[in-house]
Amino acid sequence: MLWACISLPHLALDGVLRQRAGTQAPLVLMDGPQRARALMDVNEPASRAGLRAGQPLTAARALLAHFEAVPFDAGEVEHWHRFLAAVAYRYSSEVALLPNAIVLEVGHSRTLFGPWPELAQRLREDLAQLGFRHRLAAAPAPHAARALAEHADGSAILDAKDLRAGLSHLPVMRSGLPDAMATTLMEMGLRTLGQVLAAPREGLRRRFGNELPQVLDRLTGAAPDGLARYRPPDHFAQRIEFEPEIENLSALLFPLRRLIGDLAAYLSGRDGGVQRFTIELEHRANDSTRVQVGLLEPLRDAEALFEFSRGRLEAQRSGAPVRALRVLADELPPFVPSGRDLFDRRPAHALSMTQLRERLRARLGDRALYQLHDTLDPRPERAQDNRISAFRLEGKAGRDDEAALDEILPRPTWLLERPIPLRGAAPELIAGPERLETGWWDGAPVRRDYYVAQTSQGQRAWIFCAAGQRGPWMLHGWFA
Amino acid sequence: MAALSLAFSNQVWRGRAAPIAAPAQPTGWPQLDAVLPAGGWPDAALTEILIPADGVGELQLLMPTLARLAQTERPVLLIAPPYAPCVAGWRARGVDMAHVEIVAADEQRTLWAMEQALRAGCCSAVLAWPRQIEERQLRRLQVAADSGRALAFVFRDRRHAAQTSPAALRIEIETQPAQLRVRKCRGGPVPAQPIAFEWD
Repeated sequence: MLWACISLPHLALDGVLRQRAGTQAPLVLMDGPQRARALMDVNEPASRAGLRAGQPLTAARALLAHFEAVPFDAGEVEHWHRFLAAVAYRYSSEVALLPNAIVLEVGHSRTLFGPWPELAQRLREDLAQLGFRHRLAAAPAPHAARALAEHADGSAILDAKDLRAGLSHLPVMRSGLPDAMATTLMEMGLRTLGQVLAAPREGLRRRFGNELPQVLDRLTGAAPDGLARYRPPDHFAQRIEFEPEIENLSALLFPLRRLIGDLAAYLSGRDGGVQRFTIELEHRANDSTRVQVGLLEPLRDAEALFEFSRGRLEAQRSGAPVRALRVLADELPPFVPSGRDLFDRRPAHALSMTQLRERLRARLGDRALYQLHDTLDPRPERAQDNRISAFRLEGKAGRDDEAALDEILPRPTWLLERPIPLRGAAPELIAGPERLETGWWDGAPVRRDYYVAQTSQGQRAWIFCAAGQRGPWMLHGWFA
Repeated sequence: MAALSLAFSNQVWRGRAAPIAAPAQPTGWPQLDAVLPAGGWPDAALTEILIPADGVGELQLLMPTLARLAQTERPVLLIAPPYAPCVAGWRARGVDMAHVEIVAADEQRTLWAMEQALRAGCCSAVLAWPRQIEERQLRRLQVAADSGRALAFVFRDRRHAAQTSPAALRIEIETQPAQLRVRKCRGGPVPAQPIAFEWD
């Protein structure tokens, strides 16, 4: 067993900051009762101006005239915490939440992701890309990993034998013990965890009750960790609010990219894909625009998802100012990565057909790509039907060769959607007639004589007239 | 030994191997293949087909090629065709419609869609019927066809024959009598005589 701990010291602030495009303005997170607001966390520009976490808001206002103060929102923090757990779920099936930290069992993932330093590197990259500051540590027990992460970023104890020794130099105050206990221990003169672990158990039990020995056992892995395992949710919903409202569509692209990036991170955590999701633009007065994005097959690549969402958003053209942007995904089907043939003769940079279809659909509309297949109806108007292009090319559909009807005349290559009168000079009839007399059963009976004719311009036409007559001619197709 | 030393001292003219490369994209019309420099369609390039009106055999000219390409993995794309392809007619000429996809696009986006489809490299051929197209846009299509290794076909009205074009091949279909006139072909002289086009 090897547990990694991702400690998130600035979880709440990072959650707020990542919704603002690289803001350079001072920003603080505040909390507390109305009359005694205090700063919880400050961003880099605010820190340079001398603001510190823990200062009363009034003191901060005295130091710096203009800064943005965002109220702390516990629900929001909880949301980001769970979101990051979903991201971590990619690396391990055992993920648990601790206050301001996430622990995950990585011992079993080593064959897949390489030894700890490599996995740590991956985790750091993921978190940095998502915009969360973090500290990482690894230890054979989850609580020990947590304590290590708080103490020194990047430290790792890989072997269970070294755990006690590795923990012994941690100061009691930062070892994850409950504050009251840690203070009492300090007052007793026990400053490091090693001293506490070496102290007689019976004495500690008499002084602190059963709680301290249990905490110590969890720390050293001697007792079960008692953490509830995290289960990723079955849907994705994320929202960014704007202040002031956004009127320009291009200004929506940055937050959209961020949301789609989160969706992609979440999807790879679940090892799933998304086929259908909704982008919701919230306007004033509870009004909103919903843009449905439907894909031909499940995808999870952030760039592709962004491109296709963007195309659909641009096609929307709703001018109303946007107060918030939301991405919702309920259906998360399994994702099957597409492989490429070693002997594929397409150029190296080729897109897959699905990618091309999605790109065209994103700009031209969801029904822009289709295939034709034939039906069993002999009437030319109903002999074929559209079918939205799907993921795989289907084999023979509709009529197959054996069932082919007895067509006396060849069929044209172009078919007019509906027949139109043939104007101009009388055409020269080349072949025919072929009588079509059918459709009496559904109220659209057809009695026609079809001919192949040549127009004065040299075009070969497929024309018909009422059965048994010679005109007036209706044009129904071209032998192009 | 003597012969060998002669050969090594470069005193013997060895002749030249005749290029026997099979044409990459035969048109399926032997008479046309015979006059084209590539022995078929210029591969990964733009071909312009100039027609006096619809229904003069412009699709027949491509049918052998489309039937052949429909056997491959890469589909054929039709961008904004002027009419619906008749499934029975195409199948009778050997084209499996399961490998043909149709893109509905308005006038302004036809060329964009065609360029995307060519550049993507996953289509074997892309056909389009643009009403208006400028030389600059044709050039873009030519570049896209080259980078995506696909055949590009553009059908245009005959009156554009006088306009210069960066297409690798320009063929005009004449109706009386039915014949093909090569207007331009890259990599060889333009055949002086038209080719009879017995398409039905």
